Amino acid sequence: MALADQGGQGTGRPAPGPTRRQIYEAEVRRRSNLIAAGSTLTVLILLIVLIPMAPGWEGVKKSFFNAEVFARTFPGLLEAFLLDVAIFAWSAPLIFILGLLIALCRDVRKPALYPLRLFGILYTDIFRGIPVILVIYLVGFGVPGLGLPRPWNSPYIWGTVALVLTYAAYVAEVFRTGIESIHQSQRSAAASLGLSSSDTMRFVILPQAIRRVVPANMNLFIALQKDVALLSFIGPVEIFRQAGVYKSLLANFTPYVGAALIFLAITIPATRYADYLLAKQSKARS
Amino acid sequence: MKLVTATAILSFAASGASAQNQCAAGKTIDDGVLTVATGNPAYYPWVMDDAPESKQGFEAAVAYAVAERMGFADDQVTWVRSSFDQAIQPGAKDFDFNLQQYSITPERDEIVDFSAPYYSAAMAVLTRQVIVDLGAEANIDALRSLKWGADANTTAVPMLAEVIAPESDPLLYGDNADVVEAMKAGQIDAALFDLPTALYLSAVVLDDGVILGQFPAERSESPDQFGMLLEEGNPLKECIDAAIAEMTADGSLAAIEAEWLSETTGVPVIQ
Repeated sequence: MALADQGGQGTGRPAPGPTRRQIYEAEVRRRSNLIAAGSTLTVLILLIVLIPMAPGWEGVKKSFFNAEVFARTFPGLLEAFLLDVAIFAWSAPLIFILGLLIALCRDVRKPALYPLRLFGILYTDIFRGIPVILVIYLVGFGVPGLGLPRPWNSPYIWGTVALVLTYAAYVAEVFRTGIESIHQSQRSAAASLGLSSSDTMRFVILPQAIRRVVPANMNLFIALQKDVALLSFIGPVEIFRQAGVYKSLLANFTPYVGAALIFLAITIPATRYADYLLAKQSKARS
Repeated sequence: MKLVTATAILSFAASGASAQNQCAAGKTIDDGVLTVATGNPAYYPWVMDDAPESKQGFEAAVAYAVAERMGFADDQVTWVRSSFDQAIQPGAKDFDFNLQQYSITPERDEIVDFSAPYYSAAMAVLTRQVIVDLGAEANIDALRSLKWGADANTTAVPMLAEVIAPESDPLLYGDNADVVEAMKAGQIDAALFDLPTALYLSAVVLDDGVILGQFPAERSESPDQFGMLLEEGNPLKECIDAAIAEMTADGSLAAIEAEWLSETTGVPVIQ
């Protein structure tokens, strides 16, 4: 990889223009960009050339990257994805509220209210410790099995409950770290101003704590967006199940690739946004 | 590769243990042994007690009968387990043929090979006594208003849409056990299965299971026929097809069916 050296060094310029140091740094930047682009391109070309040379490539291509199957199933997948979006949309606020309540339980400091605190600890221990899919099975089939009448036994309701129970445990832990990150002196200051402990929490601690953990919560909600697909195990025909039906009928895994692309189209921008928020926050702190 | 196979055949023939007929010799993944795959677990009445080695159950019996026609003695048949996804994934297979009620469809046939059909399956409606008490009847109009479920991996899904066209979207599940669980939880009223599976579920798994009726195999435009699944281009296919053709012609396949799937007669037909 030949890189032409176009060094701009040694051309002393008057003060208003870029300094020699700036020119040098710009050159270094330009050069590392070129090298990065070059090596990325090389890796890509190697991948594109080498993978099809594998003996099983034709089979893999037919089973996973089948254009005909893709075109045939993609519209159906997109339609099924709307159900994922809907489930996410109604779960997320519930998770936020329940997570906050559990976090508050864990922060209770009055001795008489210790049972609340114990509940908070047990709750997060249990629901963070059980795989989501097991909670979905147990709640999604178990509770309706008690004999609830329709529509109260709907897998949509109980599947949502399972997701909310699990994710609230994670979100509660995130809120707790946020609450604990607010220095004790702020509570003391609030107390000296005559605020009750609940007012201190409401007007002093929480507004700062919630803002501080927004990026961490964003990550959890991205994970939630993907885990919504687990509801398919108890009946709802969302994108993962729809892809499974296509897979079974066509004996082809391409619909899964299509589903993955649809997920990526949502989660990559969301991840980037979370990264951006994190970067902004760390800049503000430093 | 060819050399290896050739030497293997030679050494095998020299050992004198060969019993395979002309057709099957040297075409199995392990020489002198026929590797057959079934589900994990394998269900009644296809395989009894999840033990295919016992030759008990319709598919176990068919597998041993086909093996015998191809010249494999009982002790030359070994069993492995596989899921549907493992069966259709690209790449080398770890079985010679795989039988677990795979319906033959033209789309599937593009990715894998199927033997000639060894069973024509009628589809049956499984429901519970409480639903029947509420007035469910074995006619299409009554069935349409029920809340339906099915195993997402089966041809019951397109069949449901084609033949019954339910008023509300069906709920789909990963396996039979989940469909039954949803039925117990009252989340679905009825589910569509192949008839022998439906009979098993109603008799053994569901306490108050009822078979409302069956759609005869010939009803849909493309009847549901079970075939043995083979790797695309497997040369063993012609040997298996020949064995199945023989068994169909001399009535031994029908005899096996009568032995294991006799209960399927007498289920009312849905008009």
